[in-house]
Amino acid sequence: MTQPVMPKTWYVPSKPHKFCPGCGHPLILKALGEAVDELGIQNQTIYGCDIGCSLLSWNFFAMDSTQTHHGRTTPVMVGMKRARPELICVGYMGDGGGYSIGSQHLVNSAIRNEKVTLILANNTNYAMTGGQLAPTTLPGQKTETTPFGRDPALTGNPTMGPEMISSITGDGAYVARGTVAKYRQLKGFIKKALQNQMEGNGFSFVEALSTCPTNWRTNAKQTWSWLEDEMGSFYPVGELKSPFRKED
Amino acid sequence: MEKPVTGTRKVFMTGNETVAWAALAAEADIMFGYPITPQNEIMHYWTRLGAKYDRGFLQTEDEISAGFTVCGAIIAGKKAFTATAGPGNTLMQEPFSMAEAMRLPIVAIIQQRGGPSSGTVIYSQQEVTLTTYGGNGEGHRIVYSTASHQELYDYTIKAFNTAWKYRFPTFVLGDGYQAKMREPLEMYDPEARNLEIIKPSPMVGLPGQIGIDREPQHLCNIYSLEEELYDVVLKVQAEYDGIIPELVEYECRECDDAEILVVSHGVVSRSTDDAVMALRSQGIKVGAFRPITLRPFPSQKLREILRSGVKKMLVVESAYGQLVRLLKQEIYGETVPIETLLMPGVGIIDADIISKVKSLIQ
Repeated sequence: MTQPVMPKTWYVPSKPHKFCPGCGHPLILKALGEAVDELGIQNQTIYGCDIGCSLLSWNFFAMDSTQTHHGRTTPVMVGMKRARPELICVGYMGDGGGYSIGSQHLVNSAIRNEKVTLILANNTNYAMTGGQLAPTTLPGQKTETTPFGRDPALTGNPTMGPEMISSITGDGAYVARGTVAKYRQLKGFIKKALQNQMEGNGFSFVEALSTCPTNWRTNAKQTWSWLEDEMGSFYPVGELKSPFRKED
Repeated sequence: MEKPVTGTRKVFMTGNETVAWAALAAEADIMFGYPITPQNEIMHYWTRLGAKYDRGFLQTEDEISAGFTVCGAIIAGKKAFTATAGPGNTLMQEPFSMAEAMRLPIVAIIQQRGGPSSGTVIYSQQEVTLTTYGGNGEGHRIVYSTASHQELYDYTIKAFNTAWKYRFPTFVLGDGYQAKMREPLEMYDPEARNLEIIKPSPMVGLPGQIGIDREPQHLCNIYSLEEELYDVVLKVQAEYDGIIPELVEYECRECDDAEILVVSHGVVSRSTDDAVMALRSQGIKVGAFRPITLRPFPSQKLREILRSGVKKMLVVESAYGQLVRLLKQEIYGETVPIETLLMPGVGIIDADIISKVKSLIQ
C-alpha cells in the first residue's frame, strides 16, 4: 500500500503525531510543511508554537522550533524577527492564544505591520483544556463553559479575526481565512503568507478553520458538516488583504 | 563603528542615563520596553544612543510583550534587555519565568517604585520578593542590588556577562532615587580594564542544513511527565547551587568587633554607612553588612559575622520586611535577635538609623 507522502520539513522521529483522530491541526501543519518545502526555506524558518493543542507541534517540524506561553508566541516571534531579520519567523496558535489571551499582541503586531507570519487555527473552542468557550465559538454552540449554548447577549459575538486584522494592519500586509475543508486553497494562502514575509512586505496572517471532533463530540460526518456548513457559513473564506496581484 | 565609551570618562548624570551607557558598553544589541516611571529615561537615552551606535529598540504594547520579545531576540542570539518597575515588574514575571525555564539570559533593570499596585512613581525597596522569587518557579535568578551610579554602571555591564555566562535571568535592582538623581561616576570601556565582554550565541537559526549537517532545534518549557520536570528542575537547581560561590557579593563595614550589625541593601546601605561612621565616632560598636547579590544571598558570610560576637541585628529597608524574610530563610538557625526598621516606600536617612540603634542599646 502506498503511504501518503509527508512534507520534507516534517520531523519523522516525532511521527505519528500526537493530535486526536479527525483533528484539523495536522492538515494545517501539512499545508505549512509543503509550503516551506516548495519555497525551499526550511533552514532559515523558525517555527514558534503557543500553548493549547498547538503546543503538540513543538517538535513537529524538521525546522528550528520554540515553544512559548499561551498567547505569547506573537511577541516571541516579533522579538526574534527584530533581532535577526534574515530569519523567516512563523508563529502558530489557536483561537484562544490569538484572539483572547494574546489579542493585544496580535492587534499591536498587526498595527505595527511586523514582518512575521502568524497562522491561527480556529476550531471554535479551547480544546486542550477540555472544550471551553473560545472567542470564535458560534452563537448557540455548546461548550463546557456555555453548557446551554453561547448566548451573544452574555458573551458577545464570535471574533472575526481576519476582518479585524485586515482593517488595522498596514500596506503590504497579507490577511486570509482558509479552511482545512479546502486544503489546496489553504496551502496557497499559507505559501503567500510566507512569501510576503520573505519579500519584507508586511504582516502576514492566515486563519484556518479547523476541526475538533473530540470536544465537539461529533462523528466524522457530523464533524465535516459542522466545519463546512456551520463554520463555513459564519466565517467567509478568502483573501481579505493582499499585496500580490490577482494572477499571482 | 566607534565605541560608545573609550578609555575612562568622568561624568555627572542620572542613573537611568548611566544604565543606557552601560548597556552600550556591554554590547547590548536591542532593547524592548514599555513606559513606566521611574525607568523611562533608560529608553529615552537608549533610543537616542542606539540610533548613533546601531542598536535596536522597540516600544511594545505592554510589559508582557516587552519581556517576551526579549526572549525571542535572545533565542535568536542577540543580547537583548528590558527595564521596568512596579506593576510592569509584576507583568514581566511571566516572561521571566519562561526565561528561567529555558535558561534564556534575559537582563532586566528594575527601578523600584512604591507598592502595592500603582503605589507611587517615586521610590521603594518593595520589589525584592518579586524580583528574587517572582513567577511560578524556584527563583533560579541572579539579582544585584546597586547602591550608587558607579555600581549601576558596573553591575549593568556585569549583569550581561553573568547572564550570558551562566544563562540565568539576571536583574539589576535599582530604585527611583537611583534612577532619577544625578551623581558623578567613571564610565569606562570594559576592554580598557581587561574586562572580557561575553559574546552571545543563538539557539535557533544555526548554520548548516537541517537533516544533513545538524538536527533541528526543538526548544520547549513544558513536559509530559512529572518525573521529566522533576529531573529538569533538580538539574537546574544543582547548577545554580554550584555557581553560588562564584556569584555572591557583599560589603562589610566595621564588622570585625560589631555588637550591633545593621543589615540593609541598595541605596539604604549608604545611609547605613553614614550612620555607622557617626555611631563609631561616639564609641558605639556597630557594623554594617550589605548583600549586593540578593539572589544568591551571601548567607555564609553573614553567618560568619553573626557568630563573631554580634549581639543584635538591625534590618533596615524601605519595605515592610521583604529583606527580613529573605534574610531569615538564609540564616535559619542563627540565634542573634533581629530588630527592624521598616519604612515601606519612603527614604531612610542616617538619622533614622542612628536613633533606632541608640534605642536598642538603652
